[in-house]
Amino acid sequence: MTSSITGRSIVDETPSPESPTPLTADRAGTGRLGDRLFGVAATGAGLSVVVIVTLVAVFLLAQAIPALAQNHANFVFSTQWRTSTPMAFGIAALLWATVATSLVALVVAVPFSVAIALFLTEYSPRWLAKPAAALIDLLAAVPSIVYGLWGGYVVAQKWAPIQEGIATALGWIPLLGKVPGITGGSTIFFVGLILAIMILPIITALSREVFAQTPIAHKEGAYALGATKWEMIRTAVLPFGRPGVISASMLGLGRALGETIAVLMILSALPQGTAWSWSLFNGGSTFASKIESAAAEFTGGLATGAFIAAGLVLFILTFVVNAIARVIIERRKAFTE
Amino acid sequence: MSTLTAPETAAGPSGPSQFSHRSGTRGTKNVIATGVMWAAFLVALVPLAWIMWVVLSKGWDVLASATWWQKDQSGALPPGFDHAVRGGRHAVVGTLLMATLTSVIAVPIAVLTAIYLVEYGRGRTARLVSFMVDILSGIPSIVAALFIFAVWVTTFGLKLVPACASLALAMLMIPVVTRSTEEMLKLVPNELREASYALGVPKWRTIVKVVLPTAFSGIVTGVLLGFARVAGETAPLLLLAAYSPYLNQNLFSGSMGALPTLINNQFLNIADPISADRVWGAAATLILLVLVINLLGRLVGRFAKVHR
Repeated sequence: MTSSITGRSIVDETPSPESPTPLTADRAGTGRLGDRLFGVAATGAGLSVVVIVTLVAVFLLAQAIPALAQNHANFVFSTQWRTSTPMAFGIAALLWATVATSLVALVVAVPFSVAIALFLTEYSPRWLAKPAAALIDLLAAVPSIVYGLWGGYVVAQKWAPIQEGIATALGWIPLLGKVPGITGGSTIFFVGLILAIMILPIITALSREVFAQTPIAHKEGAYALGATKWEMIRTAVLPFGRPGVISASMLGLGRALGETIAVLMILSALPQGTAWSWSLFNGGSTFASKIESAAAEFTGGLATGAFIAAGLVLFILTFVVNAIARVIIERRKAFTE
Repeated sequence: MSTLTAPETAAGPSGPSQFSHRSGTRGTKNVIATGVMWAAFLVALVPLAWIMWVVLSKGWDVLASATWWQKDQSGALPPGFDHAVRGGRHAVVGTLLMATLTSVIAVPIAVLTAIYLVEYGRGRTARLVSFMVDILSGIPSIVAALFIFAVWVTTFGLKLVPACASLALAMLMIPVVTRSTEEMLKLVPNELREASYALGVPKWRTIVKVVLPTAFSGIVTGVLLGFARVAGETAPLLLLAAYSPYLNQNLFSGSMGALPTLINNQFLNIADPISADRVWGAAATLILLVLVINLLGRLVGRFAKVHR
């Protein structure tokens, strides 16, 4: 798929008639008291959002530092998590479980989402398109604790024999090896599959939106050159929608990284001191599930600070992922508006 | 959506030529692609149907009993010794109360932020606010909860009350409502604003009397979707709002049950049939609650004066 096939044409730059005209009422304020108060309130609300996000970073950092100062292990590379004195905690294991589950989710969800978005915009019969999109959106409305319940209690049992089969056949690959002591389906890989279902509606909805914006001229051009429908999609729709799909995937990734209760209910936690394994068929804890599992013991002391430090890393991780998504969208807007 | 259809049979005005000839592999690929798209859609429906079936079939009996809606869990014995499912009223009330307080906090901020972004904000500040709204919408719920904990307990030394959960949930609701309100405000035709200005109406009254009423139903849709999202949120509740089996209608003291925390509380003993009934009953109640609010939101959206 080379973008030089379609590239960006003059069609993208010409404003379409239905695009909203930019608002021009900037000078409409009369300077009266009511106007000034309302303006201040609106601006204040807008800035409060900036303040909230800044405060999150500041407070988490401030509470993490005392705990980090008492830490006897390397915070980045240690796989231990001991919050009783002497404290020794590191995020290596949490980071691995978090990233591994989210990446499995992404690898599974993106192709599905793109295919479903293409189905909804290009293939589905007219009468089906709207109800079908609503059904996919329903997946996003299911609360995550229900996913946890369903995944951990119902699907995990069905998954276990499949996983057993994969591990037996492909166990020579380190990522798919059997882990001694882990039975049943509650593994990193399986959590990834459930997360994939959870982020699928997000990626689908956003991809659908960008695919629907593909300029008709591009599509007609492809058809005029004798392309089949699939070739039209490959040469017109997909290159046009690629930045949108990438940024939708990043948003989905952000959601998967921070998912808490479903992961906590499904993934079997490992006891302290378990040997390290790269296998996806291992248990573990993500940042979010580790924090949540300790929620009952939170007192606000140094031990809590260790969990807040983990929360800070999770915050930074999702911040970066979401910022990347945003930048990609912005760049695309610069091309299409 | 496009009105194009693939020229499946068209061979071109000049008849089949070397270029319009469709080789076998190209046709096959096209057919395979069509099949893959349909299959992907149908496969995605499997989990949806499966979840609905499992939850509703296991929770239906509990939902259908009047006790579930009238009583709380007072008098419940340890798992294995109890022979009555008892009620979930405390959890339903708790969920609705917390989500309502969340909306009371979040909606004014969110609507004003959207007004700022559409009607006032220009240049760098507006871009920063818009960026931060995106970041806020990506903040994991557990991080929002940790933040409230760090402020409320660690910094100010206060005791946790159910309203704390609403504070954390409000952080999750603000971006949802802001984005949907922003979309709706952008759809209000500029001519309406200009007509109002031409009559000498100040900007703020134009916004309050002309722009907001025009976008009203769309804003309500956004609020209801946000409400549905926070009602199903679990992580902040576990950290900030301790579960209580008794009905508590005061958001500012004690602990309060909610449907997600009721599920979490009973999940540990799911091997016990009575506990399992409670879990699935609560899950079915939660799903129905969220779905009803969701559908209500979409229904209200149908009456919108402005459309995409």
